[in-house]
Amino acid sequence: MIRGFFILLVFQLAGEVLGRGLNLPAPGPVIGLGLLVVALVLYRRARPFDEEALAASDLGQAARGLLAALPLLFVPAGVGVVQYLGLLRDQGLALAAALVVSTLATLIATVGAFLLVKRLVGAKGGA
Amino acid sequence: MTPFRLWVYLQTTPLFWLTATLAAFLVADSVAQAARRNPLVNPVAISIALLGALLKATGADYQTYFNGAQFVHFLLGPATVALGVPIFTNLPLVTRNLWPLAASLGVGAIVAITTAVLVAKGLGAPRTVLIALAPKSITAGVAMAVTEGLGGPAPLTGVLVIATGILGAVIVTPLMNMLGVTDYAARGFAVGLASHGIGTARAFAVDPVAGVFAGLAMGLNAIVTPAVIPALLPWLVG
Repeated sequence: MIRGFFILLVFQLAGEVLGRGLNLPAPGPVIGLGLLVVALVLYRRARPFDEEALAASDLGQAARGLLAALPLLFVPAGVGVVQYLGLLRDQGLALAAALVVSTLATLIATVGAFLLVKRLVGAKGGA
Repeated sequence: MTPFRLWVYLQTTPLFWLTATLAAFLVADSVAQAARRNPLVNPVAISIALLGALLKATGADYQTYFNGAQFVHFLLGPATVALGVPIFTNLPLVTRNLWPLAASLGVGAIVAITTAVLVAKGLGAPRTVLIALAPKSITAGVAMAVTEGLGGPAPLTGVLVIATGILGAVIVTPLMNMLGVTDYAARGFAVGLASHGIGTARAFAVDPVAGVFAGLAMGLNAIVTPAVIPALLPWLVG
């Protein structure tokens, strides 16, 4: 577990260093995510392992544990709403309308574009 | 120490607020579980409501709260990296859907920014609110950095990001069922793009493939949206 968490932190740190060092537009954790995928691909080429072995590894366990707790991790930022109760009173309608319309439109546009292009290129897969 | 003094002391400690955050989430999650994961019963929203009420009742300010809760907040970084594990496991599925991914990423990112800003502008929201609103579909830390870079109110963006996340997580399942979309890769990608990590958490609760694609969309949109906003915003805000 400690080793798994250590691996995640090392990749986040590497992403942070790379992102800031090279002035990349992507945030450190997202670069770290990309680096982790690349590292796993390369590692499997050198020393083949299967899905179960990855899931049972320190990294697999740490990742599963953190992802299971994902909703919790957003709570502290969300509680920040208490600082904006006044603004919400004044601009609440505009903000609520913007968020509802935009979220609906984004979901529909994204899923529509995904399915349309999938049909156009005749891709198989999905689930 | 009298019980009252002890209580006053506890309210200023990080330990108290960290414990309260976990307690609120455990309560909220058991409510969501009792509701059989009904999308309307969102554990993040319930936790925020409980903690908001506790802050009001105790009179503690947000900074005091965050001193404790930051330990949970910090884990967002490693959790984002951890998405690499399920994405790696499903890599063949991802490469098979590369074109749909690229197209819907571009379309979704632009629709997310444009519709939010235009609706709020139409309803008379001031310029600073419009700036804070633009990056609302991407993960909190990045969105707040985008707003800050544009000279807008970053904490407001944080709140709008969480609200967008909850909203997407609540409406995605009924919406997609209504539209008859059965492709869980497409459903997951849409909710991850529109509603970042909270949408991703919801997607993992519904279907593992949806979760993988949601995580992918969240990661990719965290790159695309910050790149697109500086070009779109002057044109949208005027």
